[in-house]
Amino acid sequence: MTRGLPDPRIPSGPLADAWRRTREGLPLISPLRKGQMDVLVVGTGLAGASAAATLAQQGYRVKVLSFHDSPRRAHSVAAQGGINAARSVAVDGDSISRLFADTLKGGDFRAREAGCQRLAEISSGIIDQCVAQGVPFAREYGGSLATRSFGGALVSRTFYARGQTGQQLLYGAYQALMRQVELGRVQLLTRRDVLELITVDGVARGVVARHLLSGELEVHTARTVLLCTGGYSNVYFLSTNALKSNTSAIWQAHRKGALFANPCFTQIHPTCIPSGDVFQSKLTLMSESLRNDGRVWLPKHPDETRPPDAIPEKERDYFLERLYPTYGNMTPRDVASRRARELCNAGRGVGPGGRSVYLDLTDAIKAEGKGAIAARYGNLMTMYERISGDDPYSKPMRIYPAPHYTMGGLWVDYQLMSSIPGLFVLGEANYSEHGANRLGASALMQGLADGYFIAPSTVTAWLAGTPAEDVPTDHQACREALESTRTRINQLINNNGSTSVDSFHRELGSVMIDCCGISRHADGLREGLKQVKALEQRFDAEVRVPGDACGPNAELEKALRVKDFFGLAQLMLRDALAREESCGAHFREEHQSEDGEARRDDVNFAHIAAWEHNSGGVPTRHSEPLQFTALQPSTRSYK
Amino acid sequence: MKLTLRIWRQTSSDQPGEYQSHLLDDVSPNLSLLEALDQLNEQLISAGERPVSFDHDCREGICGSCGFLVNGQAHGPRAATSVCQLYLREFRDATVLTLDPWRARAFPPIQDLMVDRSAFDRLIAAGGYCSTGTGQAPDGNALPIGRDQATSAFSTATCIGCGACVASCRNASASLFVAAKLAHLGQLPQGQPERSRRADAMQRQMEAEGFGSCSSNLECEAVCPQEISADWISWMHREQRS
Repeated sequence: MTRGLPDPRIPSGPLADAWRRTREGLPLISPLRKGQMDVLVVGTGLAGASAAATLAQQGYRVKVLSFHDSPRRAHSVAAQGGINAARSVAVDGDSISRLFADTLKGGDFRAREAGCQRLAEISSGIIDQCVAQGVPFAREYGGSLATRSFGGALVSRTFYARGQTGQQLLYGAYQALMRQVELGRVQLLTRRDVLELITVDGVARGVVARHLLSGELEVHTARTVLLCTGGYSNVYFLSTNALKSNTSAIWQAHRKGALFANPCFTQIHPTCIPSGDVFQSKLTLMSESLRNDGRVWLPKHPDETRPPDAIPEKERDYFLERLYPTYGNMTPRDVASRRARELCNAGRGVGPGGRSVYLDLTDAIKAEGKGAIAARYGNLMTMYERISGDDPYSKPMRIYPAPHYTMGGLWVDYQLMSSIPGLFVLGEANYSEHGANRLGASALMQGLADGYFIAPSTVTAWLAGTPAEDVPTDHQACREALESTRTRINQLINNNGSTSVDSFHRELGSVMIDCCGISRHADGLREGLKQVKALEQRFDAEVRVPGDACGPNAELEKALRVKDFFGLAQLMLRDALAREESCGAHFREEHQSEDGEARRDDVNFAHIAAWEHNSGGVPTRHSEPLQFTALQPSTRSYK
Repeated sequence: MKLTLRIWRQTSSDQPGEYQSHLLDDVSPNLSLLEALDQLNEQLISAGERPVSFDHDCREGICGSCGFLVNGQAHGPRAATSVCQLYLREFRDATVLTLDPWRARAFPPIQDLMVDRSAFDRLIAAGGYCSTGTGQAPDGNALPIGRDQATSAFSTATCIGCGACVASCRNASASLFVAAKLAHLGQLPQGQPERSRRADAMQRQMEAEGFGSCSSNLECEAVCPQEISADWISWMHREQRS
C-alpha cells in the first residue's frame, strides 16, 4: 500500500497470465444467492451495457440507469475507427506481447503494466464475443475477419465495421442487455441523471437520480454501484463528445471520497472537422483510420492563396512524412496534433483563421478508385460533406485537433474498484490502461474488456466477501444525499441571474483550451486556475436557469453539469501544473527537447497522480508509483 | 441570414399544443438547424420564456436521438441526413420552417418536439438479438462469412432507431425498423437458430405497441437517414411466412 492510497491490488509474479491466476483466486457466489443481490449500473455505453448484461446473465438483480431515452444512444455509438485485438493469425508478426508493448508505449509509460497486459490478453476474446452476438465486422472475400492498421502500431490488428465500429459493438451490447430486460433480470430506467453517490459506513450503496421528465428525485440502493459514465471532454465546451456527456456521476463520487487520477490527461484528437462559427455546438471527429489513406499536408508558403488542387506537389509540405519517416501520417495522436497546431500558430494553416491542415485522399482515390475509398470510409465522407459543405472526394478535407478522449478518471485498483469500497468504475470513466495517451482503437477494447470480462469477476469477488443488509431508501444516508441534491438544484433554480448556462460553458471551454489544451505551461495554468475560479463565482451569482425543478428542464440539466465542470476544470489545471514533465497528451512547454519533442521525467513522475477532495480546501495529491518489469520506459520515437 | 421557425409547442402530453413562430434575424448559414434552435433557446431564455424541447445528443448523425419533421418531412429535405446534420446553407434566406414532432400512437408526445420512442427498445427486447451469453463464443473466424454477406448484414445493422420511418408512414408502421433488425441477424450464421422465432416475436410486439401495418408507400425508405432499403420489408414478410 502507498501512503494515502488504497492497495492497487496488482498481482505478484510473472506478468503474463497474471489475470488468469488472479481470476482463479477470486471467490465465487452460488447462483442462488446471486438472485438475492442487487447491482446498480450507471450508464449504458460499451462498458455499462456489457457489464449489466453479463452480471444479469450471472444471476444478479441488475438495475440500469441511463440519462438517454434508450441505451442505444450512449456515446460509444459514435466511435468510428475500430477495435484492437492481438490475434496471431496474420503473418505481420502481431502477438499479445506486441499489443501490450504498443499500449504501454502509446500511453507513454504512465499506465500500469499489469492492466495493459490483461487488456492485450483479453482482446481476442472480445472479438469472438461480439461476432457471436452478430456484430457484422468487415470480412475478407474468403470469409475471415478483416483488419486494418491504426496510429501508433506497425501491425494490422484493428477490427472494424466500416466507420461505425462503435455503433455496431454498442448495438451488440445493447441487444444483449435488452435480452436480459426481457428475461426480467434487468430493470432498465431511462432518462435518469445520476447526481449523487450514497455511501453507508464508507461503502458505496446507491445513488440519487433525477427523473428527467418528471423532475422527481429518486433514491436507488444496491449492494454495489458500477459507474460506467464515459468521459468528460465537454469541459472544453467544443469537443468531439456528444453534448450530454458529462462528469457529474464521477465528480460527485470524487466529492464523496473517490480519488481522481490524472485528470489532466486529455487526448486531443488530430483529425476533427475544424470549428467554423461562434454558435457551433460541437466538433466532429473524422476517424483516425483516414490517415491510412490520407496524406496530411500544408502549403510550403504561408501566404499561399491558391486552392489546394492548384498547388503543385513540390510546393506542398507533407510534414508528418517529412518529420517522421517511419510512421509518417500514422504518428500517434498527440504528436500529430502538436505538429498541426505549431504550424497553424506559425501562420502556415489553411481555412478560416488559418486553423486547419489538409487531409488529402487524392492519391488513394487515384490508386484505388473512388468506389474503394467510399466502401472503406463512406459514412465519414458523407459526414464531412454535410458539415463543411465541401466534397471530400474532389477537394482535400480540412482537419484540426480537438479534445476527444479523457484518459483520466476515477482511480481504480486492478479489480476496477475505486477508493470507495463497493464503487466500481468501468470504461472511460476510470483512470486505466491508457496512461498519458491512448493508443488508437483501444477505447472500445477497454470498455468491453471491463464490462464483459473483468468486472463480472471482480464485482462477484467483492460481493462474496462483503456480507451486507439491504439499505432501505429512507436510510439516513439516503435522506442526506437526497437533501444535498435538492439544495443544489434549488440554488440553481432560484438564482434569478441573467446569463445562460451555455454562455458560461463556452467561456469555460475557451479558458481550458487555451490553458490546458494541446500544450500547457506553468504561467498559463496558474492564470487558467484564476480565471476558472472567477468564472465559477460569476456562474454562481449570475446564471439563469428558467423554469422549475418539475417536468423536463434541459437548462437545469446543463446547469448541474456545468457546475461540476467548474470543479473538474480546476482539478485538471492543478494536475497539469503539478506534473512537471511532458508525457503523451500532456505537453508542458517547459519540458521539451531541443527539437520540440516531449521530455518525460521518469525519476520524479513515473507515477499515477491520484487527487483527494478536501471540502472547501486545496485537494491533496497522492501518487502511485508505476513499476515496469516487462518493458523498460524508453523515449517514444516515431521517426 | 434570417429564419422563421414555426414550432409545435406543447407543455405535456395531456395539454393541447399549438404553433408558435420565432424569428432568428441574424443566424449563420454554417450552423446546423439544431444549432439554430440553440440560438433561439438562448433568445427565449433571456426573454424569460420557456426554451424549446428537442431530443439531441451526438449531433453527428449517429446516436439517433434527434428527429422531427421539417416542413412535413422527417429530418428535413436532404436525403440520407438526420436533422442534426441539416445545415442552414440548404435553405434560402428569409425562409419559414415548420417543425413538428413525430406523430404516431406508439410514440406518445412528451414536450414540444420530443416524443417517447421506448417502443423501439421493447421491439428489440422481444427478440432482436442473438441469445448468446458472455464467454460462450467460438472463434470468430470459425464461422466464415463472405464479404458481400457481411456487408449486406452491416447495411441493415446501421439503423439508428430514430423513428423517422414510423413518422413518415401513413399507418405509423415500424416495419422498416423491424425488417432492418431481422435482416441484420437473419443474414448472418449466428442469427439462424432463432430466425423464425425472432420474426414472429418482433411482429407480435409491433402489433402490441400500436404500430400500424406497412402502408407500402415507401416513405420510410425515402426518409431513412441510413438509407435502409424498403426491399427488406418484403424480405421480412417472406421471413414471417417461412
